[in-house]
Amino acid sequence: MAVSVRIPPILRETTGGERAVESDAPTVAAVLADIDQRHPGFHDRLFSDDGELRRFVNIYVNDEDIRYLDQLDTPVQDGDTVSILPAVAGG
Amino acid sequence: MVAVYVPTSLRRLTDGQAKVEAQGATLAAVLDDLEGRFPGFRQALVADDGELHRFVNVFVNQQEVGDAVGVATPIGQADEVAFIPAIAGGATPFTPVQVQRYSRHLILPEIGPRGQRKLLNAKVLLIGAGGLGSPAALYLAAAGVGTLGLIDFDEVDLTNLHRQILHGHKDIGRHKLDSARDRLADVNPDVQVVPHSVALSSENALEIIGQYDIVVNGCDNFPTRYLTNDACVLLKKPLVDGSIFKFDGQATVFLPGQGCYRCLFPAPPPPGSVPSCAEGGVLGVLPGIIGCIQAIETIKLILGLGESLAGRLLLFDALAMEFREVKLRRDPECPVCGDNPTITELIDYVEFCGLPRESALIG
Repeated sequence: MAVSVRIPPILRETTGGERAVESDAPTVAAVLADIDQRHPGFHDRLFSDDGELRRFVNIYVNDEDIRYLDQLDTPVQDGDTVSILPAVAGG
Repeated sequence: MVAVYVPTSLRRLTDGQAKVEAQGATLAAVLDDLEGRFPGFRQALVADDGELHRFVNVFVNQQEVGDAVGVATPIGQADEVAFIPAIAGGATPFTPVQVQRYSRHLILPEIGPRGQRKLLNAKVLLIGAGGLGSPAALYLAAAGVGTLGLIDFDEVDLTNLHRQILHGHKDIGRHKLDSARDRLADVNPDVQVVPHSVALSSENALEIIGQYDIVVNGCDNFPTRYLTNDACVLLKKPLVDGSIFKFDGQATVFLPGQGCYRCLFPAPPPPGSVPSCAEGGVLGVLPGIIGCIQAIETIKLILGLGESLAGRLLLFDALAMEFREVKLRRDPECPVCGDNPTITELIDYVEFCGLPRESALIG
């Protein structure tokens, strides 16, 4: 069950510069943990000390924000795209 | 054959066609030919004395037909004739220069004189005359948006010039609003540029934004983003939003009642966690793309045309040359636009973003 995870520019230093990584994990939480296994430090960039996803980071499964699905327990399927989108303010 | 542009008001006579063909060696003969096939056409354009109604402008190959020659104007075989009546309802007719300037809009059935009049009557505020504000302002002025407000308190710096195309080398050291005003006047003298050389703040945002129909966000920091957002929600103004980072851009439209920036990002990143353009760098042309998208979305809102980005967040990756979209929803629990708002007036956005007071950059 490969999903493609889009890594935003600000996090690419933790994934060795990769724009996208793949994962076979079944939920968003498991996908993020899987990526952290391969790229230590990834989890800490996304989660604050209390274990919550940082509020300026959104995660989408395909085009839906996980806040409106099952949060981090949202299941993912083969072919899905998981996008990690932090707020940016450049203008 | 002569190509004839049919104004919107007469298309009911031509089965809805915006362009028809005709024959005739003079304007009178062309009108006779058109009358034969589309009864009522000539009467709509020609008065009892046989001359064109005074409220009708006629252009042959984009040159206005003078009153002296009128219906006797000779027409060549492959000429284009356009009939442009003044809009009903007391609006000032377009000047001949305006008909030429906006001709490519006027002959688009989706815009036409009615749409161009809407653009000229529109008032748009641009927050920031920098990377995003530059292309947006240039294209909105070119399109004939009649009033463009600009807020910025910066001076033009050499480091701006690789992306802030409103400004040039001769403007270095000048206030950005002075540079912008001069440049936009050159692009289109029809546009009234209203400079607001202040820092947007909780004290002035409602008063300034209240003067405009639509706000285009070209600011470069989080406190101003949240301030602009909240003010637009409180005033029920559409907000055309854009942001950039290195090689990536985002754009959307927030319409009153359909979600806001806080629905998208309830809280900003901690100060210092996201490099600014000065600290991290940015591809110069990137704000050109996003700013132009913001101009298009603004024009679509003014004209009521097409499908707005409202409800969608457009994501642009310049390196992959890829556009993607994710859905945007109104959050019923949003503190400012949700079902039970807890924020009903503007707050201290510097404090909200966790910045020390002296390092705030609003504008």
